[in-house]
This record gives sequence, structure tokens and C-alpha cells, in this order.
Amino acid sequence: MPDDRELTDTRSSSRLLSDQVPGLAAVDELVVSRQIEALDSADILVRKPLGLLFWLAAGWVGLVVILAILANVLPLPNPDFQNYSAINAGPSLHHLLGTDDLGRDLLSRLIYGARVSLIVGFVGVAIGLAVGGTLGLISGYKGGRLDLSLNAASFVLLAFPAIVAVIAIVAFWGSSLWKITLILGVAVIPLLYRVVRASSLSFANRDFVIAARTLGAKSSRIVFREILPNVVPVAVTFGLISVAGVIVIEGSLAFLGLSVPLPTPSWGNMIAEGSADGNLQTNPYIMLWPVVSMFLLLLSINLIGDRFRQRYDIREGLL
Amino acid sequence: MAKYLLRRFIQLVVVTAIISVLVFLLVHLLPGDPTTIILGANDTAHNRAVLLKQLGLNKPLVQQYFIWLRSVLHGNLGQSYLNHQPVTQILAEGWPIDLELIIISQILAFAVAIPLALLTSRKPNGTVDNVSTTGTFGMLALPPFVIAPVMVAVFAVGLHWFPATGYVPFTQDPATNLHDMILPSLAITAGSIAVYYRLFRSDLISTLQEDFITMARSKGLSSRWIMWRHAFRPSSFSLLAAAGVNIGALIAGTFIVEYLFALDGLGFSLVNAVQQRDYLVVQGITLVIAVVYVLLQFIIDFFFTVVDPRVTRE
Repeated sequence: MPDDRELTDTRSSSRLLSDQVPGLAAVDELVVSRQIEALDSADILVRKPLGLLFWLAAGWVGLVVILAILANVLPLPNPDFQNYSAINAGPSLHHLLGTDDLGRDLLSRLIYGARVSLIVGFVGVAIGLAVGGTLGLISGYKGGRLDLSLNAASFVLLAFPAIVAVIAIVAFWGSSLWKITLILGVAVIPLLYRVVRASSLSFANRDFVIAARTLGAKSSRIVFREILPNVVPVAVTFGLISVAGVIVIEGSLAFLGLSVPLPTPSWGNMIAEGSADGNLQTNPYIMLWPVVSMFLLLLSINLIGDRFRQRYDIREGLL
Repeated sequence: MAKYLLRRFIQLVVVTAIISVLVFLLVHLLPGDPTTIILGANDTAHNRAVLLKQLGLNKPLVQQYFIWLRSVLHGNLGQSYLNHQPVTQILAEGWPIDLELIIISQILAFAVAIPLALLTSRKPNGTVDNVSTTGTFGMLALPPFVIAPVMVAVFAVGLHWFPATGYVPFTQDPATNLHDMILPSLAITAGSIAVYYRLFRSDLISTLQEDFITMARSKGLSSRWIMWRHAFRPSSFSLLAAAGVNIGALIAGTFIVEYLFALDGLGFSLVNAVQQRDYLVVQGITLVIAVVYVLLQFIIDFFFTVVDPRVTRE
């Protein structure tokens, strides 16, 4: 049906922008398709409210963040303290969520464990955004040889399965909290670079940018004062989705025993301990609490990202 | 089309070459020296010098790379220093498990996602659509390391429907093999279903608003014919691309379930090798998985030229 093909061309024309890797085409497309109309004042006035679910999600993320920050101040037992008189205790007033097979307080481990996920997720993506975002901004605006080579490099790096690369680097370099954060931060650079670059590219020749250039503004001023504010919604949305992605990778590593070494609790290694032989039969709570917390955290972050995406009309794509 | 494929092939070769350099450098540039591990208590200056020479680690780096590349191309990836098993043998024994997990989970994912999207895209925001969309949104928050332990707790420990561990090769006993593999495969399916369903649904919805669909409707063609013959193909490009990108997530997923279910696949071997600092095994498995991943992307690009011939146009 040749007719069908002709007609669908209009919808998919932007896909041809990146003829290199079909999977990545969607990333470009969805960022480029971000319409400026979303920023028009009329639209801002009739914006949909964020909704109850959004606030529930934000509330859960906020609660986890606050508890993790205040862990030292809260009246919690030491997460590593083994209370041999309360092994595998069920939830009670002394241990609100019970204890594990070594008599350690599960609530305390859960709260201290949240620190790992949150630090790796948010600091990692901050590193990715700082490096990848800056490169993307400049490369999208400047174009030329710099853009070409950075673009090619990002394709090569994205052709590498991230989890395998991360496992290999952890194997040779070690797995302290800050190393894991740095490794995963570097791992998200190519993706965030592509997203920000595509968005920056779509603003590079807009009237207000040309106006600024005509007025004699320096490149650095144009990039950071004119383009950056417009790229922020895309960067924040994808940043949030990447936070969820990075938390998943860290959790997977921790589950495999390749993240922050024991006895430091993390949700991933708590799930692994809870599903080790015997524990599933005798005390499923060890596994249950971190599983539920992780599910709610990922769900909440995805939901907040999704609301941002709808608000700024960024099309859903691949990550 | 030949030109397009040739260009993609050249990219494939370049990317593979870069991967080989990176994987080679992993062992050589990062701190941590294989000799310390191999020597253990015998770590004297003399022993170390002998071993460095024996492993060829005293030569210039570039020369070492080409020596290594040569032996890799000859099918020699070195051997485990622990049990002296050749890395190629570890790979040969492990890959059927990974492949089976991925195939079963992908068949399940497509079998659920495609019909569901075809059903819900006809009535966007209907009840079925809202339930499915919410459900798949939840699935996105269920990575294998979260859902797999719950499945074991419920279906293996609680209900005794499936074994928690154990593996029989498919060739030996297909029925037992499939029974053992259902739970691990299911555990890595949730994410795929969610990604495929959401993409295919949104593409179908926008395709169904195109003029040629209105045209087909006005000709009086049946809904089913329109969905399968007119809307399916132009909506499937993102799905195909997603399937390619998703392989990366599946690799991570197979690692998790192999570890949890004690299946002796590549992920299990890799994690063990990492924990025991078995450098050559880590290097070999990393190299092979990365190259296979790149090859798969190439094959998917080839499928693209079949499904969507426009990609070959300049």
C-alpha cells in the first residue's frame, strides 16, 4: 500500500533526523516534538491541576528523603546492631517493622538503606546532567565538528549495554558508595547528552536566540541565559526518569552483591538477604519491606516524571 | 538499501573495534592487578616478574592489545585462574540459559502487549484502556530484583507451584525444563510488557487518526481488517526499536534471575567471576555480551529496512 506510506510520512519525518540508530530516533523525536505552544501564556492559565496522585507520589518521595536525611537524629537502633534476643521478631512497638535473621531492626535498616538509593540516584543523575547537559547545550547550539564528534561518541557509548559495563568497572575498580555513584553518573551522560542536545538544537535558530545574537550577546550568554531556561523542562523530566533508572541499576547491583559492601544496608542487598535460603520461609518481612518501599519509590518518581512530561508536552519515548 | 546496510555494517565494525579496545583496557588501566590475586601468598618481586612475563604483561600496551586481539579472533579468550576452565567453555555452557530466558519472556511480552494494545487503542480512555494503562505503569516500577523474590515467595515457597531453584537442559527433558524456566522468565517479563504496550498503544492511537484510516473506514472495511492490515505496520516501528533497546534491560534481568534461581547462565558466571576477581573470565564474558548486543542491534536495523523501507532513503 504505497498510499499509506506517503501519508504516514508527515508523522514520522522527524524520525529521519537520526538515521543512525532507530532506537535512539525516538529520543530525538520526542524532544524535538516538544512544542513551544506549551509555554504560551494561554496554556499556562488553563493547565490541568497536578492531581491527588501526584501529591501522594511527591509525599512518598519527600518522606523517604526526609527520613533518610534525619536517620542519625531519629530514635532508631543502630542498623547493624544484632539483638540476639529478638531474632526474626515480628512487628512490635520496639521494632515497628520487626527484625531480621540476625536480630537487626528492619525499620532502621530500611531508613539507612534508603540513603544509598537516594544518593546514587539523585547525585548520579546530577553528575550526568552537569556533564552531559552542559555538553548537550553547547553541542546543540554550536553544531559543527564538536557536535559531530560528541554525537558519534554518544552513539558508540550507548551501543554498549550499560549494566555489563558497570559490572565490569565495579569488578576492577571497587564498589564504595561514591564510586558507584560516579560510575552510574558517568553511565547516564550519553543519554542525557542526547536529550539536552536535541532540545538545545530545536531552540538554536529561534527568533529570540537570533535577536540576542544580533544584539551582540556572547555565545556563553546565549547558551546559558537564552537556551538553558527553555531546555530545563526536558532536562528535569528526563533527569527524573533517569533517577528511577539509576536506582534500578544500583538496586540490581546491590542484589547481586556488587554494590556498596555489607554490612551497610541498601534496599537491594536487603532484598537479596531476605530472599536468601531460609529467610523467605521463616521471615518474609525482611524481603517485603524493601520490596514495597522500592516499588513505591520507583512508581512515585515515574509518576512525577510523567506529570512533568504531560505538563510540558514532551512525547513519551524510549529510555 | 545495500548502501544503507553497508553503512550500518561499517558502523558495526567500528563500534565492535572500540568495544574490544575498551574491554581490553578494563583489565589494564584500572587499578587492581591480576598478578596480586593469582599469586596470593606467593607475592614476591621475583614471582611477580616471572608471572608478568608469562602473561605478557611486561610488553608495551599497544602490542599487548594486538596479541590479545589475535588470540580472541582465534577463539581463545583465556582461562579462569581458579579452575583453569577455558572462558569459551564457560560461555558455551552458559548461553543456552540466557537465550531461553530471553526468548520465553519476549514471546510472553509480545503475546500480552500486542493484543492488549490493539484492543485498548480502539477506545482510548475507556475502562479497559485505563485499567491496562495504570497496570502497565505499575509494572514499570517492578524491576526483576523487586518482583522476582515476591514471585518466589508466592509461587514457589507459598503455593509450591514451581521449584525455587533447579535447571534441567531443554534437550534432556523439555517439560521439566519449561516448568523450571517459567518463573524466572515471568520475572523479567513485566518491564517488557509495560514498555511494549505503552509504545504500541500510543503509536496505534496516533495512526488511527490518520487520513488513510478514515479512508479505509469510509470504504466500509471491518475494524479487524483495518487494525491488522492498515494500522499495525505503520505503528510498529517504535515497538521494534524498543525491542532492540530493551535487550539491554533484559541482560540485567537475566543476571538477577540467574542469581536468584541459581541458574548457571552467563550472568551467574559473570557475577561469580567478579566476586572472585577472576579477571579473564570477566573480560571474556563482557566482550562477548557486548559484541552480541551490538550484533543484535544490527539485525534489528536490518528488520527495519523490511518493515519501514523509508529508513534506507537518504
